[in-house]
Amino acid sequence: MSVADVGDGKEAVVSAQRVTKTFGKGGVTALQEIDLEVRRGEFISLIGPSGCGKSTLLRVIGDLVEPTTGKILINGKSAHRARLDRDYGIVFQAAVLYDWRTVVKNISLPLELGGWDRARRASRVREMVELVDLAGFEKHYPWQLSGGMQQRVSIARALSFSPALLLMDEPFGALDEMTRERLNLELLRIWAETGSTVVFVTHSISEAVFLSTRVVVMSARPGRITEVVPIDLEQPRTAETREEPRFFELVTEVREALHAGGADEVVAELEGLE
Amino acid sequence: MTTIAHGERRNLALGRRAGRWLPALAVFGFGLVAWQWILPALGVERFLLPPFSDVVTAFWDSRDELVRAGWITFKEALGGFVLGCSLAFVFALALARWRPLGNALMPYLIAANAVPIVAFAPITNAWFGILSPWSKIVIAAVLCFFPVLVNTLRGLTSVRPESLELMRSYAAGQPSVFRRVRIPNSLPFVFSALKIASVLAMIGAVVGDYFGGSTEALGVQIVSAVSLAQYETAWAAILVASILGIAFYASVAVVERFALRWHPSTRGEAQ
Repeated sequence: MSVADVGDGKEAVVSAQRVTKTFGKGGVTALQEIDLEVRRGEFISLIGPSGCGKSTLLRVIGDLVEPTTGKILINGKSAHRARLDRDYGIVFQAAVLYDWRTVVKNISLPLELGGWDRARRASRVREMVELVDLAGFEKHYPWQLSGGMQQRVSIARALSFSPALLLMDEPFGALDEMTRERLNLELLRIWAETGSTVVFVTHSISEAVFLSTRVVVMSARPGRITEVVPIDLEQPRTAETREEPRFFELVTEVREALHAGGADEVVAELEGLE
Repeated sequence: MTTIAHGERRNLALGRRAGRWLPALAVFGFGLVAWQWILPALGVERFLLPPFSDVVTAFWDSRDELVRAGWITFKEALGGFVLGCSLAFVFALALARWRPLGNALMPYLIAANAVPIVAFAPITNAWFGILSPWSKIVIAAVLCFFPVLVNTLRGLTSVRPESLELMRSYAAGQPSVFRRVRIPNSLPFVFSALKIASVLAMIGAVVGDYFGGSTEALGVQIVSAVSLAQYETAWAAILVASILGIAFYASVAVVERFALRWHPSTRGEAQ
């Protein structure tokens, strides 16, 4: 399968134009002149050392944080308009489930807010429970679930209203390696089934390479994009993908891009985390 | 077969629960024995603490009066509880909704929370009339107000930022954020405050009675029994007040159990 290079004719789902974000008066520059185009069906990872603004960029895309200058277009609309139109679903590092809602009620929250009637909600939630493989846990409360299951609920909730765009902020960062690899595969399956576009923040090089069609490498202080690495691994990816020589080449390429971004000491720290 | 096994399991569980309660029951029994026999044997005088059996006899002799008095005082306490807690909840919602207002008032609320409000009891008699139940209801209400307000406000505002970001990502309005996130999030805080308030309401009503009120009220009866040296009757009335207070607290705790069945604190009971 071919790499999704620039100019392949598909329309942009996310378009960031010279986005800059500074915090405080004349303070830290979290993002500096970010230009990024994400096209329909892409799986984009943002990777970089802590403090490179990758989470901030995700929040700017979601209109949860306002850019200082520059603009974001989602499906050709302003990010603000897109948020009001519920154009994207979001998943955070913590599952952010509401403790007082069961699995089913958590998943149906965006549907309630979107004014779906009860019957439609129920049937949609059933599909979602099926999709993230949580049948049998419908009536459980969040504390009765493991971390991995909680994150699956959170993903089901983000997908429940079929947004064309999925924003994910280190969704598997707090999980153990085994669970993380399983959920990576599951996420790719869901991505293929739903045909959605994903922007995924991570600090794991191998995770970024394994999941993405393109990896966007960022550097810190000020946060900017230093390189974009196209990932030409074959689709669909499987557990064996991680053992292919090409996988290791790409991991090395991303790692070198991180080094080139002048974040040597941070890369060492990142590799310790993996 | 299965039903028998099930019955056995239930018996076992009952047995285990009884085992857990046994030490507490033993302490209760020892307390009564000490009260009835050990204290008199040590020469504790009747006006300090009459023997338990005498208190029970005194209760039995004036049971109608005491129960009626208990009911009157309990109604005062309940009225104050409902009034104080509902006002506090509404205020907390307003202060959480308009944060600058909350920030401006919070220091005073915390200070007011530390004021010994029973000190105002004689004054409320002057405000509402000594025989009016309202003087006691207001004392109980003011006692309940501050802890419920401060705790509810804390519960409404101590929401994880990501929970709010999520609601923002769904373009949810403030009423929805309150209904679906802030209020449910506050419930554990609200219920701890309501339990405290149930105790405070009883204290407020009884102490309010001490400064005068209808002769039928419990606090008034305690005061007059003591002034007539009828210590057994006074203790019987105190016992009634205690039982009512405990029952009030326990009812709030039962409602809490039900309302917070999603909360991890109910972990032990699940499955």
